[in-house]
Amino acid sequence: MNLKRNGRQWPLEGNTRVPYWVYSDDEIYAQEQERIFRGPSWSFLCLEAELAKPNSWRTSSLGEMPVVVARDGRGELRAFENRCAHRGALLCLKDRGEDRKIVCVYHNWTYDLEGNLTGIAFRRGLGGQGGLPEDCRPETQAPRKLRVATLAGLVFGTLSATAPALETYLGEAIIERIRRVMRAPIKVLGTYSQIVPSNWKLYLENVKDTYHASLLHTFFTTFRLARLTQKGALIINDSGGGHASLTMAADSGGREYEQAGMRTAQEGLKLEAPELLQSVDEFGDGCGVQIVAVFPSFVLQQIRNSLAVRRIVPQGLGRTELIWTAFGFEDDSPELTEMRLRQANLIGPAGYVSMEDGAAPGFVQRAALAAPELLSVVEMGGSGISSSESKVSEAAVRGMWHAWREQMGI
Amino acid sequence: MLPELQLAILDLNARYAQTIDDGRLEDWPEFFTETARYVVTTAENFERGLPLGIIYATSRAMLRDRVRSLREANVYEAQRYRHMVSLPLVELGPDGAARATTSFMVVRVMHSGETSVFASGRYRDHIISDANGGALRFAERIVVLDSRRVDTLLALPL
Repeated sequence: MNLKRNGRQWPLEGNTRVPYWVYSDDEIYAQEQERIFRGPSWSFLCLEAELAKPNSWRTSSLGEMPVVVARDGRGELRAFENRCAHRGALLCLKDRGEDRKIVCVYHNWTYDLEGNLTGIAFRRGLGGQGGLPEDCRPETQAPRKLRVATLAGLVFGTLSATAPALETYLGEAIIERIRRVMRAPIKVLGTYSQIVPSNWKLYLENVKDTYHASLLHTFFTTFRLARLTQKGALIINDSGGGHASLTMAADSGGREYEQAGMRTAQEGLKLEAPELLQSVDEFGDGCGVQIVAVFPSFVLQQIRNSLAVRRIVPQGLGRTELIWTAFGFEDDSPELTEMRLRQANLIGPAGYVSMEDGAAPGFVQRAALAAPELLSVVEMGGSGISSSESKVSEAAVRGMWHAWREQMGI
Repeated sequence: MLPELQLAILDLNARYAQTIDDGRLEDWPEFFTETARYVVTTAENFERGLPLGIIYATSRAMLRDRVRSLREANVYEAQRYRHMVSLPLVELGPDGAARATTSFMVVRVMHSGETSVFASGRYRDHIISDANGGALRFAERIVVLDSRRVDTLLALPL
């Protein structure tokens, strides 16, 4: 696969080299919206728990395309484009709402929660004058409907009729890692978002880069939450777009990082309030950190007892919104909830770990703009995209590029 | 009584803001009691009664840990804040602690010179005076951000 697109050609080395124009080319960005986000990929839309009641909806997106996700009167989940059939205005302006119908504010056209156009103001005119001609069929321009599928409380959607079933898209191994975390009815603890000053792919690469975590994040290394010396695994699905990385909590106490002089191993750093890192092995398997990411927009995170989903929303070539929703389970004790809230200091825009992931993609974006034809090197662990025990590897990043190239035809 | 208390809280807020804006982060935890709660959250979470914080501290020791981490551990680009704080609205709670609500706006200045309105919101405080010295300290400071969205990262405290 070495097709040219816009005169752009993928390097002959394959997935071990990534040209910087992928982050800085406007046409590539527009094509991604069409071929990936509105194409045969499944995007994470929201949590089922956010639509607990019939006749409720919330807004979400497929890439930049605004979407309404609703639970209709019969309790079925629906998703459709957030765009009126008439003049294209947004149908839902708020984050969430409860109603049997949706009314466009512009000209009062109405829709049911399946996204069907059900009413047109003054369709037959007034006093025998005006209105739409008999043969006008604005329904043909109705909001596009998405295929919706759920897995363990997660709601995904795609516009594509040809995308494989969600289960096939994810693959068995990834589904197993998702089900492990989503083990019971969840309770949302809160949400926030941050702007990552980079192309959306740089954030997803960061999540899939198992090599960086203990080299960038002092907290991971110093407090032995996730060192590359800890046992674990890297699981990658067949398409390359889905991965799970696992790090066992047990640490040998080895001094490999200290001896190698790694910045992130700081023996002098101690916590005065170590309860921040107090945790329980709630899944009973000794796995301390598990990150699942599914191309193009979904992350599920377990860092000890801090659980969250992250939705990646591109907002232009060099800007990405990352929307975090932290959760626990309905049967959590107050003590466990408190533990999750304390450990949430590790995540989000102020997270001891995650603040650095908000910044690092921007460092690449700023430097890459001036070097569109040069290449970044993604060869840790060789050139493959298969699962392995070692996380001193960029296999999941290469997997992402494999999926990206497949969908883009580059 | 109230005007005097309001004046004292005005002074407390001014010193608090100046401490952060001057970069004297090591002095920042001293504005809190030993068992203080300091939570940065969003108006959306706050109004929906959701407990998640962007920062969630339940003791002064946790605030000192945050300063230590910002100084020694975390990677972020050099930056400063300029806080503008409003007059505090003050009431006396049934427990004798003052309840104050104060609006704030923070401008962030990056090392490059890039200057932006970084955050706006309100402080919702429980303020008590030390048993011996009488100095006012925060027993609780909930920082409620108007927006759910943070630009890149929140390193320095608000």
